[in-house]
Amino acid sequence: MYAFDFEKPSTVADAVAALKAEEAQPLGGGQTLIPTLKQRLAMPSKLVSLTGIDEMKGVCVADDGAVCIGGATPHAVVAREAAKSYPALASLAANIGDPAVRNRGTIGGSLANNDPSACYPAAALGSGATIVTNAREIAADDYFQGMFATALDEGEIITEVRFPVPEKAAYMKFEQPASRFALTAVFVAKYADGVRVAVTGASEEGVFRWTEAEEALSSNFSPDAVAGLSVPADGMIGDLHGTPAYRAHLVGVMTKRAVAAAG
Amino acid sequence: MPKDHGIGASSKRREDVRFLTGAGQYTDDINVQGQTYVHFIRSDVAHGRINGINTSAAEAMPGVIRIFTGADFEGIGGLPCGWQVTDRHGEPMKEPAHPVLAQGKVRHVGDPIAAVVAESYAKARDAAEAVEVDIEELPAAIDMKAALEGNAPKVHDDLADNLCYDWAFGSDAAEVDAAFSNAAHVTTLELVNQRLVANPMEPRVAVGDFSRATDESTLYTTSQNPHVIRLLMGAFVLGIPEHKLRVVAPDVGGGFGSKIFHYAEEAFCTFAARQINRPVKWTASRSEAFLSDAQGRDHVTKIELALDADNNFTALRTETYANMGAYLSTFAPSVPTWLHGTLMAGNYKTPLIHVNVKAVFTNTVPVDAYRGAGRPEATYQLERVIDKAARERGVDPIALRRQNFVTEFPYATPVAVEYDTGDYVATMDKLEEIADIAGFEARRKESEARGKLRGLGVNCYIEACGIAPSNLVGQLGARAGLYDAATVRVNATGTISVMVGAHSHGQGHETAFPQVVAEMLGIDESMIDIVHGDSSKIPFGMGTYGSRSIAVCGSAMVRATEKIIAKAKKIAAHLMEASEADIGIKDGQFTVAGTDKSVAWGDVTLAAYVPHNYPLEEIEPGLEETAFYDPSNFTYPAGAYACEVEVDPDTGKVTVERFAAADDFGNIINPMIVDGQVHGGIGQGIGQALMENCAYDENGQLISASYMDYAMPRADDVPFYTVDHSCQTPCTHNPLGVKGCGEAGAIGSPPAVINAVVDALQSAGHNVTHIDMPASPQRVWAAMQG
Repeated sequence: MYAFDFEKPSTVADAVAALKAEEAQPLGGGQTLIPTLKQRLAMPSKLVSLTGIDEMKGVCVADDGAVCIGGATPHAVVAREAAKSYPALASLAANIGDPAVRNRGTIGGSLANNDPSACYPAAALGSGATIVTNAREIAADDYFQGMFATALDEGEIITEVRFPVPEKAAYMKFEQPASRFALTAVFVAKYADGVRVAVTGASEEGVFRWTEAEEALSSNFSPDAVAGLSVPADGMIGDLHGTPAYRAHLVGVMTKRAVAAAG
Repeated sequence: MPKDHGIGASSKRREDVRFLTGAGQYTDDINVQGQTYVHFIRSDVAHGRINGINTSAAEAMPGVIRIFTGADFEGIGGLPCGWQVTDRHGEPMKEPAHPVLAQGKVRHVGDPIAAVVAESYAKARDAAEAVEVDIEELPAAIDMKAALEGNAPKVHDDLADNLCYDWAFGSDAAEVDAAFSNAAHVTTLELVNQRLVANPMEPRVAVGDFSRATDESTLYTTSQNPHVIRLLMGAFVLGIPEHKLRVVAPDVGGGFGSKIFHYAEEAFCTFAARQINRPVKWTASRSEAFLSDAQGRDHVTKIELALDADNNFTALRTETYANMGAYLSTFAPSVPTWLHGTLMAGNYKTPLIHVNVKAVFTNTVPVDAYRGAGRPEATYQLERVIDKAARERGVDPIALRRQNFVTEFPYATPVAVEYDTGDYVATMDKLEEIADIAGFEARRKESEARGKLRGLGVNCYIEACGIAPSNLVGQLGARAGLYDAATVRVNATGTISVMVGAHSHGQGHETAFPQVVAEMLGIDESMIDIVHGDSSKIPFGMGTYGSRSIAVCGSAMVRATEKIIAKAKKIAAHLMEASEADIGIKDGQFTVAGTDKSVAWGDVTLAAYVPHNYPLEEIEPGLEETAFYDPSNFTYPAGAYACEVEVDPDTGKVTVERFAAADDFGNIINPMIVDGQVHGGIGQGIGQALMENCAYDENGQLISASYMDYAMPRADDVPFYTVDHSCQTPCTHNPLGVKGCGEAGAIGSPPAVINAVVDALQSAGHNVTHIDMPASPQRVWAAMQG
């Protein structure tokens, strides 16, 4: 790790100001950034911790019924506090990493990093969530822009994520055996106006919506509806743990299972 | 009633109190006044020529004390190999130089090039980034078979090719070939025993210290055998005489073989401390461990089994390519040869066996012994080919094994070893009982009702522990003795310190060894401690590996304790004015036969050190005895294992549902510790079978270089085990009748798992006759696609 300055502001405004410094970088729960620093793969001049900002923490239900989660809320809190309001989301949060990760890692950090194998991007995209920042509101469909790429500008902070609550939803994760990140995982959510299917872990473009399955499920929300569908292996990630063909196959399997689990 | 004391009691592991409460004293806990820190600059290419190293900018950086390169080690010995294998033509193996820091070339990713010694780790790392290393990358030899082709890049320019040795062993090749020609059936299997990373919980650490006052060097290191390191480093690398070199291996957090060997970092820290006259400390990061700890396995094998019309095994023939990596690690050449070829008979009376092994240099991390070391590779191929043969012949795999068991002992195999004792029928009977083999079909139906494929895999294993005797292993190429030693020091009040050559790095010696002495003397275990891990405190013993500790060092301890008893009886006889021949010892009391006279253990020990009333004209004062023990043979634990798996046909994911192990370890000192050893071994075996894979790309970059990609088994990847070691055929040639239990689980379990996976797939009509380890979800799924 290289030397850096450290700030832990208590308001969003202070954090935004602190991040204006050259080569400053926001620090959420540090579950990706700290290991990166330890390997000397990043050299920020300053780390601005977002975990001291009370207005960015906690889970609540808005008047329109959306579940709103502060950007600095750890996974373990989401697992606990969203259990009644959005069980599929709470269950996803409860199965990220291990207890240490869940008590440090934050939803804002995960979405800002947009790891192609992370869980939260599937929930956000699969729920049609709104990513709220210090500057604006971004629809999930516009937010994810490929592996580790998002619509966030330099110094922009995710302050809140708003999840419309579906009628039914489930997340099915097939774990990569070593890291236990998603080798392929699917979030399925049934809303009054249609079904959304978001796939993480599989594509070289990061999280994506499987529109063909969405259409089929919107007219018939049952595992059989997607039985004959498949995604092409082209563009899927190939690595030690899964070929593109294997991942493409898992997309179908996990989608069916998610639909079955959603009931 | 189970015993609560002495041999056979499940005494609680006394060392766990300090391990579990953070009071352990590991090498990284050792900080010496004035110490400096070293960071190694390692090659990031698999093969390259070093055109130049410019350290001038780095040397000027704050806190830098000195930067070392290969040039600093010219004229100093390289890392020695402790075993010389002779090839099939009678020629010695190729033994290339292994410099402490690279000289001229780098030969694997992670090969140390330079070392920056500074006032802190951070300063050393900062300066390391300012060292300019000019390396011309060369094509790398990665795949073993490709490395043997004529146009392959040469790992060592001074060798003709990348072949270390071509070794042949066992029965006459022509006789074996003839048996194959006459066979009613031949089963052939080609398989890979994949490379593994040992991954002890504690990464390696070394602290070198030098005293100008005494001219003595001290190395604190994470080692399984401090005396072996002292011997190798002192005599072959640095030229420091034994009396000026102390090696200390304190608490060590797991080794699994990877901490047997003498490593460059140990020699460097010892050398550099003397050069700069300050202590030098190195603590490996986990990333460094992946690139610098000797790795395990990595065999590619073709095995053929010949059967007659009645399914008797008539001959066995194997051809194995064994990866040595870029350099010969300390015991690397012995693993695919004398620890592998000698086990190819397994539990079976196959009359003709021929083994061929080609050891190959590649531009990868050196490979050496890893839990089981050669014996898992032998067991895996043998038990897989037998399973395949059973399917091809349409016979029950258990019945086929039973039919071919060795049943009379001693049994001389066609591969040089003689099994002293065993009862393979008994362990298989026990296995069938504890695994509930009869209930398998019902469990399979229940799994199928849930949409899962269920498979049963059974196999046997035999292993050879406590490699010996020294004169034989010397003929086989060992450059060290393989005896062990113990000193029993009885203190005046009767408490005892036993200084042992064995080293405990998780095995529980501190609990089990005192149980033996307590049993022999009839005193409380708490009166006895063992001392290990410090060459200045313990006799010259050979450390712990190959499941040798209780069989070899424990035997030395028994011999030394017998000497103690003999001398104590003389003292007791004097104190009671009785004849020595009439003295008995029971429950800590010396008695005189036919009388009610007795004298307590503590009175005798006190007399030895306060010899006022003492037969000084007959015996010396004091009560301390040393024994060296060189076994006359290996010990041969054996057993039968059963694994049941479920395969998810949609994803290929395998889950281990049941695992049963019936082992014969001879007499048992502490059943609870033995259970733990078997559990750990099976966990590692399941890890190999289903998860672990040390993979290089074609350029020699380690793909699985962290836990993000190297899949270690976790608690929820393994089932609750059913283990039994009630079948006991005591070893016939050591005083305790013990065998070894440390590696059995890792040796016996991989074939059981893979046999079960193949069984599950075949149950659903998939024509899968073999699947290479690790049977990862994608591999199993791909196999099901045909």
